[in-house]
Amino acid sequence: MNIYGDEGNLLVLKRRLEWYGYTPKVITYNVGDDFPVDVDIVVGGGGQDSGQDKIHADLLSIGSKLQALADKDIPMLLVCGLYQLFGHSFKTIDGTFLEGIGILDVKTYGKSERLIGNIVTQSEEFGTIVGYENHSGQTFLGSNAVPLATVRVGAGNNTDEPSEGARYKNVLGTYLHGSILPKNPAIADFIIKTAVTKKYGTFSNDIIDDQFADLARETAARRPR
Amino acid sequence: MPYSFVTLLGKSVRYIARLRGGGSALPGLFVERIQPDFIKKTLSELPKGVVIISGTNGKTTTTKMVVELLESQGLKVFTNRTGSNFSRGVAAALLGDIDNYGKLHADIAVLELDEAHGAKFVATIQPRYSLLLNVMRDQLDRFGEIDATARMLSTIATSTTDAVVLNREDSRVANIKDLVTAKEIRYFGLSDKLLSTFPSDDDMRSTTVKRAHSLPVDVELTAFEGNNATFTIDHKTTTTSLKLNGVYNVFNAAAALTLVRTIQGKDLNDETLFTALAAITPAFGRGETLTVGGHPLELVLVKNPSGFRLGLESFSPSGYATMIAINDNYADGRDMSWLWDVDFASLQPAGVSHISGMRAYDMALRLQYDEVTIKTVEPVLATALRSFIEANKDQPKRIYCTYTAMTALRRELSKITDVETIS
Repeated sequence: MNIYGDEGNLLVLKRRLEWYGYTPKVITYNVGDDFPVDVDIVVGGGGQDSGQDKIHADLLSIGSKLQALADKDIPMLLVCGLYQLFGHSFKTIDGTFLEGIGILDVKTYGKSERLIGNIVTQSEEFGTIVGYENHSGQTFLGSNAVPLATVRVGAGNNTDEPSEGARYKNVLGTYLHGSILPKNPAIADFIIKTAVTKKYGTFSNDIIDDQFADLARETAARRPR
Repeated sequence: MPYSFVTLLGKSVRYIARLRGGGSALPGLFVERIQPDFIKKTLSELPKGVVIISGTNGKTTTTKMVVELLESQGLKVFTNRTGSNFSRGVAAALLGDIDNYGKLHADIAVLELDEAHGAKFVATIQPRYSLLLNVMRDQLDRFGEIDATARMLSTIATSTTDAVVLNREDSRVANIKDLVTAKEIRYFGLSDKLLSTFPSDDDMRSTTVKRAHSLPVDVELTAFEGNNATFTIDHKTTTTSLKLNGVYNVFNAAAALTLVRTIQGKDLNDETLFTALAAITPAFGRGETLTVGGHPLELVLVKNPSGFRLGLESFSPSGYATMIAINDNYADGRDMSWLWDVDFASLQPAGVSHISGMRAYDMALRLQYDEVTIKTVEPVLATALRSFIEANKDQPKRIYCTYTAMTALRRELSKITDVETIS
């Protein structure tokens, strides 16, 4: 489930951890693997609808392990396809029903309209978030759900209201590609600082030069939808 | 509106567009508005019919190869040379080649069309032959999914009447064979040894590549070393030098050979085939080399991860000054996610001199994460180009650029040096 440049999120986390002076170990989890024992950060991406079928059963089988990590405040970033499956369910446009693992209180429905283009959202904690969305699934928040951000330009979760993504503790679900983390290092640093502080109690004093990220984010925010 | 009046009007719009500097599709749009079945009427009169070439990577260079090979076989060929592979580009190209009565003096039409426009185009006129090169993740923001792209290609294939040529090594393309109703299917492919150089989009990250089919190929690219390529046809191997750059263009040559052999059939003159192939130079903007200030300046088009990846592998950066120009207009692809699926580590030793284009900062950000040093970031292309040339005037230079960045750079370069007019 990683055909859409979401590899960029992994690279950003890995590189920023290195620049902050830590030694990240990346474990790629594939269908049928043993679930890793010591997990500090979880990141998962999008894929085609046909890809979702392939991983679905396995995801359900590890759902309770992921829930346990989420309840323990482990930071996670789920984009698009995995965001949807971290919710309660995904009903495709031809009526197929895919059960999710229910960590996020959301439900997704496949629709015919493709929501696609540059997207700008606003979050109290992370400021302006800029990316690119491309999805035909529309996600609706349940009564316990908290959105990740509010849409300023673009569609976000659905065409009814301006929420984007969803959050449970430190689990962040989003539709933003771009990838999301490179231009929005505040989110990357939130994930990293949370994980490091949980593990070691302190965090490095190093500062990363984010001028390219800031300039890229400003440019992207001004691009047409 | 009388037909010949339409063509005269269209021709004058074309002349004005050319004075402006070469925008590709405006005159075609003009004619299409006035007479919608202009394309169908003009092309259905051709004795050998219409050929469509489509797929994600390599259309323009392959089309140029097929055109030049067919011309060396003695055919008069019409093609949409400008590389604007939307239907309007075809109409615009036709306007340049028809006489004032609307007649096209050609034996065959070879058209390069992207997947979506190709799928729509076949509703207007059924091609006699089609060549499907590959399906890769390209401009997902236009098509949405790889499977959707493959479906569009299969529409082109199922509308083809005489013969379909497929890439055996791309399983999404090869599987289209089950839907083909044309009289003949032929394949082009790679030797086992070369197969590992061309992973498909799915296995871009795995290390072992399984051959999808054991189908017989008409033309096999057997080996490739420097500028020399070895092809195997009917168990006979032929080695030839090529003027084309890049390992992906050499595989495209196998595709072109297969298509030309299919079209010509018994009439094939195989003595001139390889001589003609050896003479072909790269197409507009696809690895072409210009001379600026006494040194070569290469333009390499990039538009998707696999293309950028193969481009970086094909051209060693050492000894060259490198510039990268990334735009995000509709024709470039508007989503920058694709930059994050390319590994730029090979640029570390030499570094990058200039980064430009509308999304220069996204590209600079990308290189920061691969720890590649950058000298200058300047989004304005004209400024960046002059600064790049000035700062590296004693070195050969190479610019990786997206489509509209390339057309803009060519326009700027034509003020400095000789750039071939692209009709």
